[in-house]
Amino acid sequence: MSLVVDIRHRLGDFSLEAAFSSDGGVTALFGRSGSGKTSLIRIIAGLTRPADGRVQLDGDVLVDAAARRFVPPHRRRFGYVFQEARLFPHLTVRRNLDYGRWFAPKGARAENPARIIDLLGIGSLLDRQPAHLSGGEKQRVAIGRALLSSPRLLLMDEPLVALDDERKAEILPYLERLRDEVGIPIVYVSHSVAEVARLADTVVLMAAGRIEAIGPASDVLGGPRLASAMERREAGSVLTGRVEANDAAHGLATIRLEGGAALLVPGAKASPGETVRLRIPARDVMVATARPEGLSALNILEGTLEAIEPDGEGMASLRIACGGDHVRARITALSVERLGLEPGLPVHAVIKTVALE
Amino acid sequence: MDWLALSAEEWTAIRLSLRVSSVAVLVSLPLGILVALALARGRFWGKSLLNGIVHLPLILPPVVTGFILLMLFGRRGPVGSFLDDWFGIVLSFRWTGAALACGVMGFPLMVRSIRLSIEAVDRKLEEAAGTLGASPPWVFLTVTLPLILPGVLAGLILAFAKAMGEFGATITFVSNIPGETQTLSAAIYTFTQVPGGDQGAMRLTLVAIAISMVALLASEILAQRIGRKVHLE
Repeated sequence: MSLVVDIRHRLGDFSLEAAFSSDGGVTALFGRSGSGKTSLIRIIAGLTRPADGRVQLDGDVLVDAAARRFVPPHRRRFGYVFQEARLFPHLTVRRNLDYGRWFAPKGARAENPARIIDLLGIGSLLDRQPAHLSGGEKQRVAIGRALLSSPRLLLMDEPLVALDDERKAEILPYLERLRDEVGIPIVYVSHSVAEVARLADTVVLMAAGRIEAIGPASDVLGGPRLASAMERREAGSVLTGRVEANDAAHGLATIRLEGGAALLVPGAKASPGETVRLRIPARDVMVATARPEGLSALNILEGTLEAIEPDGEGMASLRIACGGDHVRARITALSVERLGLEPGLPVHAVIKTVALE
Repeated sequence: MDWLALSAEEWTAIRLSLRVSSVAVLVSLPLGILVALALARGRFWGKSLLNGIVHLPLILPPVVTGFILLMLFGRRGPVGSFLDDWFGIVLSFRWTGAALACGVMGFPLMVRSIRLSIEAVDRKLEEAAGTLGASPPWVFLTVTLPLILPGVLAGLILAFAKAMGEFGATITFVSNIPGETQTLSAAIYTFTQVPGGDQGAMRLTLVAIAISMVALLASEILAQRIGRKVHLE
């Protein structure tokens, strides 16, 4: 699967110019509201016709402004999950789910409906009317409806934005299972660092209608490239590791990172052997030049300071190599000065919190 | 209670009225939906002109509408002679002409009701249907139409009621011929014009009230059933 997007579009005073390609997995279009992510995903879906450019999935050219080619949304077979569920109010959940399946070409109905319904946990809702569902249930049905139309690509436009934190926490695991088990490439729009860190393989960072950066989640979410002060405060490292042991008495799991270092992480449910993603917010990492004593922090990693970048608001973003992994720290520029930090210096990263995603 | 028994002529008038109104409403329904769609969604030159023409019968004196129909659809009128020459269809002084007059008079009410319900449809749902693979005609049939059904039904009933009561345009266009164009209203009018006709007029008045009530109740019940499904959100 390869999705190639290269478009230019104008909406009043706003101009959108974006080129990126994706080779499967979860590609996140990430940026604050107004950065053009929704316009871009709507162009991919065919809901907006771009002024100029191309959109192509594998060999199939969907938009080619130069050749005046534009494939309407209903012929693209791209599933779309909107911010609001947009379930058909006059149909039951079952018939909502069947809606897209009915229009899918016969040969393409490979996805097993029972498995999708089970995966999303909506089996008990089938005979209900959409009006009687909670927000989280509606959104799960909407995801199921999009999936059951046998899409070649799944587009998700902030599917969790209308939900409260509890509902978000309810749906995120389903999205992870989707990514890991269904294998349909996903383009995911979000302005939440936490969501993107948890789900995305590739991150396309957008600001003011332009693409600022493209790369693996751990690189782009690292720090100074994040556009706004708000996002920078949320910046952090995304690391992958394997659960080595589980201390049920303390509710802690030992995670061995790919680079060799080990971290103690709250998360009693993790089972040994499982591969997990960790997110360490940069603001929760302190830096010490000598090994600190008598500290409550469980995780202190030894490493080498690799880079110091100014991060605005009197802050600095540090990249620390710990074994094969990189941990980001966000500290004040004053601290950098006081400690005399410079690249190449051996340091200790004191990690206050680690979130098991 | 003998005075309640309807005479053969009165039955004929009632049956004719029901047939004229039903045909008028059913034939104009597809056109009504199309025009309502154009007015609600379309962006074209002359939209306000179309809107004006559709609403004209609501404002014009019915006699004027009837006279215009006579000019256009009469045997020597431009449309009427064309229909007669090419298809052998004659409307003037026939029950089909009465249906045309009733359809024209009820049309604005039907279009207005359908248009309002189309404007109330959440277009995001149609967009979602499109992403699920439904082409525009399918989107209309499977999403838009079911959602506007209460409005269509209301428009249908309103137009039917208007057709049942239509008098001025009909009598001007197709006259008042017993058995051919004498509808319920025309029959009541005729009764009031002859000495001792009050009883007949009263009988037909009761029938008119009964038909109107039944139509209203039926629409109420249907609208509730559909509305419960459609307007929960």
